[in-house]
Amino acid sequence: MTAVGIPEPGKPGWRQWLLTDTPTSRRHARAASLYQSWLTLKSNKLAMIGLGILVFLALVALFAPILSPYDPFAQDLGNRLQPLGADGHLLGTDSLGRDILSRLIHGSRITLYIVSLVALIAPIAGLIVGTVAGYVGGWSDTVLMRITDIFLAFPRLVLALAFVAALGAGIENAVLAIALTAWPPYARIARAETLSIRKSDYISAVKLQGAGPLRIITKHIWPLCISSLIVRVTLDMAGIILAAAGLGFLGLGAQPPSPEWGAMISEGRKFILDHWWIATMPGLAIFTVSLAFNLLGDGLRDVLDPKDGGEL
Amino acid sequence: MSGIAIKNLNVWFSEGRDRVDAVKNATLAVQQGSSFGLVGESGSGKSTILRALTGLVPTWDGHMEAAGETLGKKRSASFHKKVQMVFQDPYASLHPRHSVDQVLSETLGLHGYKDIEARVSKLLNDVGLGPSFRFRYPHQLSGGQRQRVAIARALAPEPVLLLLDEPTSALDVSVQAEILNLLTDLRTERNLTYLMVSHDLAVVSHMCERIAVMQNGEVVELMTVQDMRAAKPKQSYTRHLLESALGYKRQEFREAGD
Repeated sequence: MTAVGIPEPGKPGWRQWLLTDTPTSRRHARAASLYQSWLTLKSNKLAMIGLGILVFLALVALFAPILSPYDPFAQDLGNRLQPLGADGHLLGTDSLGRDILSRLIHGSRITLYIVSLVALIAPIAGLIVGTVAGYVGGWSDTVLMRITDIFLAFPRLVLALAFVAALGAGIENAVLAIALTAWPPYARIARAETLSIRKSDYISAVKLQGAGPLRIITKHIWPLCISSLIVRVTLDMAGIILAAAGLGFLGLGAQPPSPEWGAMISEGRKFILDHWWIATMPGLAIFTVSLAFNLLGDGLRDVLDPKDGGEL
Repeated sequence: MSGIAIKNLNVWFSEGRDRVDAVKNATLAVQQGSSFGLVGESGSGKSTILRALTGLVPTWDGHMEAAGETLGKKRSASFHKKVQMVFQDPYASLHPRHSVDQVLSETLGLHGYKDIEARVSKLLNDVGLGPSFRFRYPHQLSGGQRQRVAIARALAPEPVLLLLDEPTSALDVSVQAEILNLLTDLRTERNLTYLMVSHDLAVVSHMCERIAVMQNGEVVELMTVQDMRAAKPKQSYTRHLLESALGYKRQEFREAGD
C-alpha cells in the first residue's frame, strides 16, 4: 500500500524505449544499440574505473589553470627540492623550485594532446592502408604490406628517435614520429579483418547491387574493422604515452621548461637518490593513465569485438 | 530471349598446378518466366554456375546470356538491376552492423530510386515482414526472417531473373516451407524467372519445371520435373541420385511403419 514498486515517472519508459526489440526509427535503433553496449561496458567494474580515471584526467586538463595552485613555470630557487607536503607544495618542488603538482596538472594537457593526436593519425592511416591492401589484393597488397613490414622491423623507440633527429626535437615532431611508428600494427589488423570479410556473402551481395570498391571499403568493411581498431588503440595508448615520455626523457620530445611527464622524470633523475619524489610523481601519473587506458581497452574489447557477437 | 542461355561454359579456380575445373562444358537454357532447378551433390559446380553468371567468379569462358544481355568480363549496371541473387546462408549474407532499413535503403539508392521510404515499407510487406522489422539488426532476427530480408534486398531493383543459391538449406524445415511458398507467390506476382540451385530433390520438384543434373562439374542430364517424378532418367548417375533420395525416404517410411 506504499510507494514500493511504483516506478519513478518517466525513467522506466525511457529505459524501455532504449531496450526495445522493435525500434521505430533510425535514431531509435542507433540509440538502442548504443545503450546495449553501454550496459555491457557498465557491468565491467575495472573498465569503469579506467573510464573514471580518464574522465578525471580530461577534466583536470580542461581546468588546469584553475586547479593548479602555482604557475608551473614559476621558479623559486630558494624553495627548491622541497619534500612532499612541504609549505603549501603538496607534492613538493623540483630542482628549480617549481611546484610539482602544478606541473603535473599542466602536463596532463600535453599527455592528452599527444595521445589524441596519435590516436587520430595512426589508426586512420593503418585502416586505410590495411583495408585497401586487403580488399584490392595482388600488387597493391604486396607493395603496401612490404612497406608495413619495413616499418614493423624497426624497434619503435629507435625509429621514433631517428624521425625526431631528422625532423628536430619538439612535441609536434614527437607526435608525428610516434604516429609514424604506430600505424603498421593497425594496418596489419585491418588487412587481416578485410581478408576475412571480403569473401563473405554480404560483400558479394552488395557487389551484385553494383557497388564500387570505394563504397564497399568505406561503408561495409570499415565499420567491421573499426571496433577491433578502437580496442587496439586503447590498449596501445599506454605504449604511446610511454613512448612520448621516453622521447621526453631522452630530451627529444617536449623541451624544457614544458611540464611533460617524461621530461619531468628526466629532470628528476639527477636527484633520484636524495629526492625520490621528483621523478616518482610524474612516473605515478604515467602509470595511472596507462593503466586506465588498458583497463578501458579490455572492457571495450568485450563490448566491441565482433567475434564475440558484440554489437555496436 | 530474356531468360538464361549458357553454352559451353567452363569455370575454373586458380591457375597452373592448383587449377580446379569447377564447371566443364556446361550448356543449359532457361525460358523466360520459367523456373529451372540445378541439382547435384556438393561440389558438383551448381553454385559455381550462379557465381560465374553474376560475375563473382571472373575465371570462365564460353557463352553466357542472361536477361537479354550477352555477358562479358564485367557486369553492367542494367545487369545488376535485372538479375539478382539470394544466397544460401542468411546468417552470412546480411551485414552484421547494418539494420534492415540500411540494407534496403542502400540497395535502392544504388539502383537510383528516389522514393526510398515508400519502397522500403512496400518491400518489407511483400516479403511478409511488417514495419516493426524495419529498424532491427540481423542479430535481432531469426533465420527465416533474415532470409526474407535477403529476398527483399534481391527484389529491390525489380529484377526479372532471380538466382537462388539453396535459399532454404540453412533453415529448419517449417521455415523452409514458408520461404518456398513466399518464393512461389513472388514468382507468380512478378512474373520472375528462377534459376534455383539445390541438392534437395523435393524442393526442386516443388519449385521447378525443368531441371539439370550435375556431376563433377558437368551437366549430365536435362529433364522435366514430370520425368523426375516418374523416375524416368536417361543417365545412370541421375537414376543413382533419384534412388538415393527416394530410397532414403522409403527406408524412413518402412521404419515408421514397423
